[in-house]
Amino acid sequence: MGIYTDIFLTFAKIGSFTLGGGYAMVQMMEKEVVDKKQWLTHEEFMDTLVVAQSTPGLFAIDMASHIGLKLKGVRGGIVGALATAVPSIVAILLIAMFFQTFKDNVYVEKVFMGVRPCVVALILAPCFGMAKKAKLTKFNCWIPIVTALLIVAFGVSPIWCILVAGVGGFVWGRVKK
Amino acid sequence: MIFLELFYVFSKIGIFNFGGGYAMLSLIQDEVVNKHGWMTVNEFTDIVAISQSTPGPIGINCATYTGYTAVVHAGYPTWMAVLGAILASLSVVWLPFILMVSISKFLIKHHESKVVTSVFATLRPVIVGLLAAAALMLMSKENFGSPTDSTFVFVVSVVLFFFAFVGTRLYKVHPIIMILLCGLAGLVIY
Repeated sequence: MGIYTDIFLTFAKIGSFTLGGGYAMVQMMEKEVVDKKQWLTHEEFMDTLVVAQSTPGLFAIDMASHIGLKLKGVRGGIVGALATAVPSIVAILLIAMFFQTFKDNVYVEKVFMGVRPCVVALILAPCFGMAKKAKLTKFNCWIPIVTALLIVAFGVSPIWCILVAGVGGFVWGRVKK
Repeated sequence: MIFLELFYVFSKIGIFNFGGGYAMLSLIQDEVVNKHGWMTVNEFTDIVAISQSTPGPIGINCATYTGYTAVVHAGYPTWMAVLGAILASLSVVWLPFILMVSISKFLIKHHESKVVTSVFATLRPVIVGLLAAAALMLMSKENFGSPTDSTFVFVVSVVLFFFAFVGTRLYKVHPIIMILLCGLAGLVIY
């Protein structure tokens, strides 16, 4: 299998099973891209999350373009981004054309009542693995806690958290040197 | 010209979308419902519900559906509407993509530099916090039901949540398998 086909199939698969927004696919993407294909290391994967979160555009698409780009330059990036979007476009087109009553279907609703808690668990699960890989120690373990608190309790935008932490890391790097 | 308008509006929505799909919903509503009248408020609510139960990024879902409906409402045939849907979806993506390419290229080139290394070392713990926050905010009535309205739904949801968490975390079950299992469980139990 050619590398472009491989990139396309991997991200189309991830795109097809992304329910409930970009964060839900973090776990799946890590499994496919880091564990299975070994296109990135765990650290590189986390850096990709940072970049995708702090640039405009859709989270899932940003992730796919960055990873594709890393593998095969701009063409790899285009393939990754398109592959993530294609399943979504096809599904919605079919619904718009044929299944206007899709969302009112009892069985669809039942399936989704089961899937929704699962999606929340899928978002939470990678946190614990990543805590280890982010090299959390007793000196920096306050960073994720404060970040989560600021976002959940005070409604601070994640962009601000990343900006402030980025500037902090920059200054800290300078001071240490 | 409806196609030019779709291209312009969704390019704008794409580039101003920071922080994920849900953040862009109010922006989309303002453009699509209030300013251009491409769909009614009810149709917009429908598309949000559909987006939540179909795969893919919610921004793409909205763009595809809006592109299709807007062209149909303008009186064009179905195949033109399909083109409109594809055009709107790609419009959301292209500007952020170019930006992402420039940033990625810069980072890949400078990833050994001291400054970039130290910035990312600080940002990794932040990402852990971001994911935790996203999960916490989704532990809502919409996703789990409420213990007072329907104790049964709530208990089943909590059980499925722990089942999915333990399964993916400890037993390394593939997330796709997990989603299918939980969907099947919902179909059987409810």
